[in-house]
Amino acid sequence: MKMELIQPFINAADAVLSQGLQGSTKVGNLTMEEDAYRRKGVAGMIALTGDIEGRIILDLEPPTAVRVASHYAGADLPESDSLVKETIFELANQVVGNAVCALNDQGFHFRVHPPLLLTSQEGDKTSEDTEALMICFETPMGNVFMNVALRYNRKRLADHAAMGA
Amino acid sequence: MEQFSPVKRSKDGQPVRYLIVDDSVFARKNLARMIESFGGQVAAEAGDGLTAISEFDRTHPDIVLMDITMPQMEGIEAAERIVQAHPEARIVMVSSVGYQENIVAALQRGARHFVQKPVKPEVLYEVIKYVLGEDGAVATAAAAGV
Repeated sequence: MKMELIQPFINAADAVLSQGLQGSTKVGNLTMEEDAYRRKGVAGMIALTGDIEGRIILDLEPPTAVRVASHYAGADLPESDSLVKETIFELANQVVGNAVCALNDQGFHFRVHPPLLLTSQEGDKTSEDTEALMICFETPMGNVFMNVALRYNRKRLADHAAMGA
Repeated sequence: MEQFSPVKRSKDGQPVRYLIVDDSVFARKNLARMIESFGGQVAAEAGDGLTAISEFDRTHPDIVLMDITMPQMEGIEAAERIVQAHPEARIVMVSSVGYQENIVAALQRGARHFVQKPVKPEVLYEVIKYVLGEDGAVATAAAAGV
């Protein structure tokens, strides 16, 4: 997976998290995921289709998710509160939306799908042309993990090129 | 949350009434808190474009804050349908997907403005004052009872 696809998501997550959590964030470990995705806690997945396709997962361990959601809500929330899940969904939406804007400026076109809650412990195994990168953001409220698996939709890109030729 | 000088309706001095449309409960609550800090009132909420249309017909809000990516009917189509039926409707798109194509499509189909998520309260406040124009008035401290 090319870094040019990943960088907008890193930038967007950094901006959204540091603004929302009102503290500095640090990009920690980056690791390539070759095996099936293993959920850490409260995880929201957003699919992208278009010139680039794949999915982005934002995943927080339960205590971190509760701290983050409580911060946004302005009140202590129990882990069972549906707002915890909603908060992670909305953060994922904001990260993906902002990253997609940057990629759109580079000429890529997408459709962003509504977020889905990941409930199974394991996701699909990544394939050769859809490698996944796991990025850890260290925030004042705990670690936020973002798993990005994207690939170029060669047919769509070829169609665009043919139309432009 | 920071408090702003209340924005009232010029015609009767009443709070500005808002319809908040977003499939995220979190986003709706967040916007509702901002609206309250602007001295406004939430007239109704909707989680998709279809419900937004019926809630607009029912409540006739002064301003609609409309997300784009939603189930059933997306925000741009809902905005267009509302404006077709109510040309005076003031719709502000509020979305994280703020690329030029979306902004242009929304404005061409009747939205008055666009605010990118994550929403900064001070940005939304200025946009609301701009969209209300002469129909909105910022209350002075004395008039607001501060």
